Amino acid sequence: MPGILIFAEQRNGKLKNALMELLGEGTRLARALGEELSVLVVGSRLEELAGLISGVDRIYLADDQRLEQYSSEAYSRILANLIQKLMPSLLLFGASAMSRDLGPKIAARTGTPYSPDCTSIELDPQKKINVIRPVYAGKLNAQLDLGGVRPKILTLRPHVFAPFQGESSKKPKIEKIEVPSDIFDLRVKLKEIVATVESKVDLTEAQIIVSGGRGLKGPENFKLIEELAEVLGAAVGASRAAVDAGWKPHSYQVGLTGKTVSPLVYIACGISGAIQHQAGMSSAKTIVAINKDSQAPIFKIADYGIVGDLFEIVPLLTQEFKKLKEGS
Amino acid sequence: MNILVCLKQVPSSESKIKVGKDPTGIDTSDLTYVVNPYDEYGVEEAIRIKERLGSVDITVLSVGPATAAETLRVALAMGVDRAVLLYDPLFSNSDSLGIARIIAAYVHMTPFDLIFFGKQAIDDDMGAVGIMVAELLRLPHGAVVNRLEISPDQKSMIAHRQIEGADEILEILLPAVITCQKGLNEPRYPSLPGIMKAKSKPLAEINHEGLKLDPKTVGLSAALVKIVKLFPPKTRTTGKIIEGPPAEAVKELVQHLSEATGLAGA
Ligand SMILES: Cc1cc2nc3c(=O)[nH]c(=O)nc-3n(C[C@H](O)[C@H](O)[C@H](O)COP(=O)(O)OP(=O)(O)OC[C@H]3O[C@@H](n4cnc5c(N)ncnc54)[C@H](O)[C@@H]3O)c2cc1C
Repeated sequence: MPGILIFAEQRNGKLKNALMELLGEGTRLARALGEELSVLVVGSRLEELAGLISGVDRIYLADDQRLEQYSSEAYSRILANLIQKLMPSLLLFGASAMSRDLGPKIAARTGTPYSPDCTSIELDPQKKINVIRPVYAGKLNAQLDLGGVRPKILTLRPHVFAPFQGESSKKPKIEKIEVPSDIFDLRVKLKEIVATVESKVDLTEAQIIVSGGRGLKGPENFKLIEELAEVLGAAVGASRAAVDAGWKPHSYQVGLTGKTVSPLVYIACGISGAIQHQAGMSSAKTIVAINKDSQAPIFKIADYGIVGDLFEIVPLLTQEFKKLKEGS
Repeated sequence: MNILVCLKQVPSSESKIKVGKDPTGIDTSDLTYVVNPYDEYGVEEAIRIKERLGSVDITVLSVGPATAAETLRVALAMGVDRAVLLYDPLFSNSDSLGIARIIAAYVHMTPFDLIFFGKQAIDDDMGAVGIMVAELLRLPHGAVVNRLEISPDQKSMIAHRQIEGADEILEILLPAVITCQKGLNEPRYPSLPGIMKAKSKPLAEINHEGLKLDPKTVGLSAALVKIVKLFPPKTRTTGKIIEGPPAEAVKELVQHLSEATGLAGA
């Protein structure tokens, strides 16, 4: 019986990048627990997607045209049914808008423990699972005891866990699961999905983020940030001051009342680094600050900083990375 | 229409948060408390709905210690009609599901057409209670909502919900649960007359008996998620300020970054 079940999120027929990290951590835990590893994909026309997943014992497909778009009601029923059938020890999601919607709903439905945004999952010598997740906007970490109830529903913060690297020779068994019709008796109907972000890379998934703050002085100057982001293949972020001034929509905001991001590199340009901004970005692996005020709090947490005028520094950075990319 | 707004008292975002003597909790000695910022959007939205539709009754609710009454007073001063504090020593150290059961027990007794929560509390960052209440009551929900319009017949609403890089536009049948995201509105400050009026508005306190709640389903002993300990994250140390003329500083920065992180294919 499968011990660990990974939910492989797809939107518009594309699997999320976070799947590789879920597979990496899932494989590690499955080996340590001596259990099987399975993946569930929910959506429509999934054969091709299933072919992209390797290194697991089994792939469950809930494939139905009516599941093409996310629905909390339908998706949660499918998950709850499968949980009841398999009783896995762990159900792993990537931390995302979808899992933040599904996790608590399934946990309440099935009476199981739920912990979002985990940054560490360890087994003690008795194979009991210890989970760590940030609380108080990252000011503290909490170590949690999730007791003995199965499954434990965990969402994993992006870019924290090592991605899957193993051999992909293992050919997973594919199992279609029955999709009962009564789960489509929906009281929430999706009317439309409207894009709110122009940039190609989403903040919460991005490996690199270039963010601008009040120091940019006006919306037109965000193009400096966008040019640097383009060269780096990065996402664009903003401080609340820049969002409140109307320079960027709220979907760009990083921080306590914006997005929590955990990229490999975060480049803060003209951002003072107020505690509420730090709340959203202080778990970035490497922080770079460009600010003309050497006393700005951002420098206290930055790995690298340049004290100077962003209008001079940012274009130079863009040029330099361009050169590097072109290999000259 | 009856609207319920659930709110939580939390330490303000400026607070320095330290681990307490008992490491499963924080040191509460010099904290200032506020209404959880996301919950304020719920209070404001309920008041705006009342201002638009007229015949609306708004209740605010908090599960918490006696001091949470202060936060309920803030909402009363903003303009809601009544407040309820669900307080019982048995409730302490409930996990999200325990809190959801307490709130669901109240809604069982007093049904509502619309229930607001914040998208998450800024202390435990769980973002779970609102959605769990919806599920326990078998109500539909919209989470992380930044725009809301009630239909003219008041039987449904259109909710815009934030996802990665996009908004989902949902039609949700009432009764339903909404969790609020920034952008929904600009919460008002309590006015002086509002503060005066709040003093005479009802604030009820209800314990587990009043809720007809089985005490075995809440509190620490029922919690599926227990805090073993809190501890500070590895502190980030101040890194390297790169000095020198801009062009050279930038070159040096790029070199460090490509070495440290493999940026730009180096
Ligand atoms: C409840 C609450 C929630 C909040 N949530 C968030 C949140 O989610 N995200 C968030 O970001 N903030 C949040 N804030 C606001 C936060 O406190 C700060 O006000 C905000 O982060 C400041 O944005 P900023 O750094 O862009 O602006 P400022 O603090 O004004 O900083 C601008 C910086 O730019 C520098 N600068 C100016 N010109 C130049 C130049 N030419 N070159 C280089 N540097 C220059 C300045 O030295 C300064 O350090 C919240 C506040 C509260 C109370």
